Amino acid sequence: MIHLLWLIPTLPFLGALTLVLAGSSLPRRIAAIIGCGSIGLAALITLLIGYEFLTTHTRAYHDVAWSWFAVADLSVGFSFHLDALSLVFLFVITFVGFLIHLYSVGFMHDDEGFTRFFAYLNLFVCAMLLLVLADNLVLLYLGWEGVGLCSYLLIGFWYDEEKNGYAARKAFIMTRVGDTALAIGLFMLFGVFHTLDIQEILTKAPQLWSPGSQTATLIAFLLLGGAVGKSAQLPLQSWLPDAMAGPSPVSALIHAATMVTAGVYLIARMHGIYELAPLAQLWVGIIGAITLLIAGCSALTQNDLKRVLAYSTISQIGYMFLALGIGAWSAAVFHFMIHAFFKALLFLAAGTVIWALHHEHDMFNMGGLRKRMPVVYWTFLTGAGSLAAIPLVTAGFYSKDQILWLAWGGAQGNLWFFVAALTGAFITSVYTFRMVFVTFFGEEKTHVGHHPGRLMNVPLIVLAVLSLAGGLIELPHTLGHVTLMSDLLGPVLPSTVLRAGAESSEIVIQLIAATVALSGVLLAYILYIVKPAVADDIKSSCYEVHRLWYAGWRFDDLYNVLIVRPFVWLSQINKHDVIDRFYAGLVAGTEYFGRTFARTQTGVLRWYIMGITAGAVLILALSLVINP
Amino acid sequence: MILLWMIVILMAGGVLAGIVATWSTVWCRIIALTSVILDTLLIGWIWAGQEVSLQPGATWIAEVNLPWIPSFGISFHLALDGLSLLMLALTFFLGIFAVLLSWNEIQYRTGFFHFNLLWVLAGIAGVFVTLDLFLLYFFWEVMLIPMYFLIGIWGHANRQYAAYKFFIFTQASGLLMLLAILGLYFVHGNQTSVYTFEYSDLLNTPMSADLARWLMLGFLAAFLVKLPVVPFHTWLPDAHSEAPTAGSFILAGLMLKTGAYGLIRFALPLFPGPAVEFAPWGMLLGTVGIVYGAVQAFSQTDLKRLVAYTSVSHMGFVMLGVFAFTEIALQGVVMQMITHAISTGALFVLAGALYERMHTRDILQMGGFWKRTPFMATVSLVFVMASLGLPGLGNFIAEFLTLLGAWPASPVLTAIATAGLVAATAYSLRIMQKIFLGKDSHTHVLPDLSLREKLILVPLAVVIIMLGLFPQRVIDTARATVEISDKQQNTTPVPVRGMLSEKGGNHE
Amino acid sequence: METIAVEYGLVLAGTLFALGLISVLVRRNVIFMLISVEIMLNAAGLAFIVAGARWGQADGQVMFIFIVTMAAAEVSVGLALILQIYHQLKTLDSDAADKMKG
Repeated sequence: MIHLLWLIPTLPFLGALTLVLAGSSLPRRIAAIIGCGSIGLAALITLLIGYEFLTTHTRAYHDVAWSWFAVADLSVGFSFHLDALSLVFLFVITFVGFLIHLYSVGFMHDDEGFTRFFAYLNLFVCAMLLLVLADNLVLLYLGWEGVGLCSYLLIGFWYDEEKNGYAARKAFIMTRVGDTALAIGLFMLFGVFHTLDIQEILTKAPQLWSPGSQTATLIAFLLLGGAVGKSAQLPLQSWLPDAMAGPSPVSALIHAATMVTAGVYLIARMHGIYELAPLAQLWVGIIGAITLLIAGCSALTQNDLKRVLAYSTISQIGYMFLALGIGAWSAAVFHFMIHAFFKALLFLAAGTVIWALHHEHDMFNMGGLRKRMPVVYWTFLTGAGSLAAIPLVTAGFYSKDQILWLAWGGAQGNLWFFVAALTGAFITSVYTFRMVFVTFFGEEKTHVGHHPGRLMNVPLIVLAVLSLAGGLIELPHTLGHVTLMSDLLGPVLPSTVLRAGAESSEIVIQLIAATVALSGVLLAYILYIVKPAVADDIKSSCYEVHRLWYAGWRFDDLYNVLIVRPFVWLSQINKHDVIDRFYAGLVAGTEYFGRTFARTQTGVLRWYIMGITAGAVLILALSLVINP
Repeated sequence: MILLWMIVILMAGGVLAGIVATWSTVWCRIIALTSVILDTLLIGWIWAGQEVSLQPGATWIAEVNLPWIPSFGISFHLALDGLSLLMLALTFFLGIFAVLLSWNEIQYRTGFFHFNLLWVLAGIAGVFVTLDLFLLYFFWEVMLIPMYFLIGIWGHANRQYAAYKFFIFTQASGLLMLLAILGLYFVHGNQTSVYTFEYSDLLNTPMSADLARWLMLGFLAAFLVKLPVVPFHTWLPDAHSEAPTAGSFILAGLMLKTGAYGLIRFALPLFPGPAVEFAPWGMLLGTVGIVYGAVQAFSQTDLKRLVAYTSVSHMGFVMLGVFAFTEIALQGVVMQMITHAISTGALFVLAGALYERMHTRDILQMGGFWKRTPFMATVSLVFVMASLGLPGLGNFIAEFLTLLGAWPASPVLTAIATAGLVAATAYSLRIMQKIFLGKDSHTHVLPDLSLREKLILVPLAVVIIMLGLFPQRVIDTARATVEISDKQQNTTPVPVRGMLSEKGGNHE
Repeated sequence: METIAVEYGLVLAGTLFALGLISVLVRRNVIFMLISVEIMLNAAGLAFIVAGARWGQADGQVMFIFIVTMAAAEVSVGLALILQIYHQLKTLDSDAADKMKG
């Protein structure tokens, strides 16, 4: 079964190809079948391969599709590498991807770009699968850029709107800034190792570098640059909220579950280098910590339902980066998986709400949907609970708790990280339940237009179940002690070392985390259900702060002033190419001299004779002077 | 002998097409098309059959050496190796599309047009195979003059200006090359008392470093202007935007490549010492070109001008790669020559197609065409993505190899060049946005691509994708040539290559 | 035989030449200009004769005959041109023939 690995990315690719070639001439039903079927089959094969992988205790499976290119000592294959890490990603991509495809059939049903949508979506899944399956960094880069392209196409899917196109370009260009760093990192890696094969690099790195080596640190920072761009972390985070211009399934699949976590994958994949570059790894944690705080603050102030979720995604990925930064590799991957479940769920549910209310994005215009849309309400509540890490029942609690615990108790953890993560957790549960209370409670402000059909409800329910039960595969010592996830990842990612003497405090940390999460919910309840006036008071008394947070800490303005405007200005003033002026000047000079000398040709014969005489006299005189 | 035939077929086809046009323009087009297809088949046949002799160390795949003016040591010497093979294949392949492109566009003096078109192709093909420097200059002129007519007669509104500009830039720089060729000829003659223009004889002419430097600059002048390298690029936007579609197509696709080819084949091997001295400057010029072209492209509103500036940017990679002197970078350059020819050529075809429909090249007057021309939009997307270097398309392989190979030579410049890709993204996406996305508020009749246009663009798209996924065949073909020129550089005493390259590698 | 000093002959030739040159420059009538050119030619011829006498060689006289022949040819062409100019411009003023002005 495992030799069918190549089929997993191939199927979505064929799906995309068929849909592109057939174009809009294809009936919707068939387009939907091709679009969902290819991913469905890929998900099925993933399950089968995963089963075989687990039962036969394979450590890694390697498959070369073909040799891509080979020059001198560089040899790059179009080849796949399957291990526990890629398997987890594979599972999330195909399975969540499939559910989102199903949902899209209902969601996009009346859109005229139906076929195009599924073509892009399939292409995206293909690229994402290549990214996580790549055995070398060049193929990874292919997937990396491929998902960037699809993200661009899907954000700008409704291209009639100028601002959607703008958001799409912003996303592509900002991630490409990160990609530049990544590419330079690849050049450096090749300069050192003369290979771009990931496993080879990871084996050779400890032999070549001692911990703290300068080159290793530089490379680790460059890779981090790529990861930061793709995963919307500080300082390249500001594209993600705008990316919400795309259809909701796109936000769910690309900008929550899969693509934005590519940075997490990259760092986890190259963990060997970060272990040799403690400084860079520390910065991964610092970036994660800061990002999760500032994005959380921004999420508190948003009114657009999807923008809240977008900032929340940035913040949650910040948690994953924090986990990576403290060497809690498997905790990061665990949180990635759970986050994929509940965030996809939240986006899909939010998409349903927006769809049902005729594209109303502002949640303060919603309200009272609890009764009108019960399925959406309950599933959304589940997702929200998971996001806010409601203790014991939700999967989000287990995954986030692990990070909180290791931020405190891990050998690389420290008080600052712990405080940041804890504050973040509080903020998270406040904005999450603010969202729930404002949207689903209170009185109804907009009439529900459509009611979602089964195609849209089933994915929600499945994801809701996963957001609850998903946590059961990894339970802390204090509560059942299940370690399926970390056991699975054990052969690939090193386990986290605990600080000496910290073991006993685990239960305390958990209690603190649970209290914080619940108190956040309570605060949201007070502010948005019991005394809404207080919330408005706070808002108006901290107007400036509110505005700053609402605008995402004004990073966009900063980049506009620092980069975008100078670039456009430079480009505009030089539109007619200043270098051409030089040549134009040359031409003008030549013409001027030509005209000047042409004036001596008067046409008067006697002037010419005069000239000849004067010339002859001059030459004679000169010859006398020079050669007497 | 087959090489001679290929050029003769084009020249004779041109003459014949010119004569026949007085009776029937359709037959004129058919004759032109047939002669290019015939050449394509010939080169395809050679490529298919020459697996063995492509190994390193082998002599030429095909060669013809006839005495021409023996008293001056001039011979009609053509030879084909891996690099020339690729370039010839590219020339004839694109030649087919150039003829197809003009099928409807050119209705005025059809015969003379096709005569010029085929003679340009013949000149370009000649440059790619000649091994005699006199002959090189001959072909250099053969490709220049018909191009002047193509722009000057069948171009757009400002064609006279563009044609003059093109002619003067290339002619002036070509004359400098002629001077350098003659200089080399006499230096070699004085040293050995054998007066010859033969490439292989001139290769190892001993001369003073100063003289070699000057002679190399003569060659560089011609090649850098042709490439073009900033600051010698300003003829290009004018020539590209004013030329008829087939003219822009050949200019961007083939003529610029003669500059790159000349660098690899002539300038570097003939003057290895000065070339190494020049290398840091060459790489600097390349990087400046990449960034400058990209910034310029961003502000253009004339679609053809925009694409012309992207050419400047992409040709910067050629400079960067050639003067990095690593095998990987050189392979990248060869790849870039091919993929840029296809992707940029295709963008010019699209610009031509839009012009035919809208009678404007101003992208500000376009927008939202995706709905009405989905096929054109999809194809454009492929080429726009190629121009921003999306992996999976041929241009990525080229740029990646170039940058990877240039890294050890100069990390700083390579990093700047890589950052230039961000600017490439900006201008590429701008093309998409302004033409196909956004609101559609136009009343033009805007039919999607016709069958003829599909016949041109679909093969180009397929080739660019195939080059991105299966580039090895091309790399193998060029390997022998690239290895030789790489070795030549490395055997010469290399002075300190410092200057811009920080601390060489980055090993600890 | 008494000889005249070479200097006298050369001074005479130089004076004639200068007179001819000046009148070419000053005169606007084409016919007078032609005559002045003739004077200049004869001045040159005189210089040749004087030089030939000084060195006792026949070359000077040969050159004089050559100049006379050439002058004859020149006059015939020149007169033809003058006729044409008169036909075209209805004047003999050389300044009127400035069609080649740059």
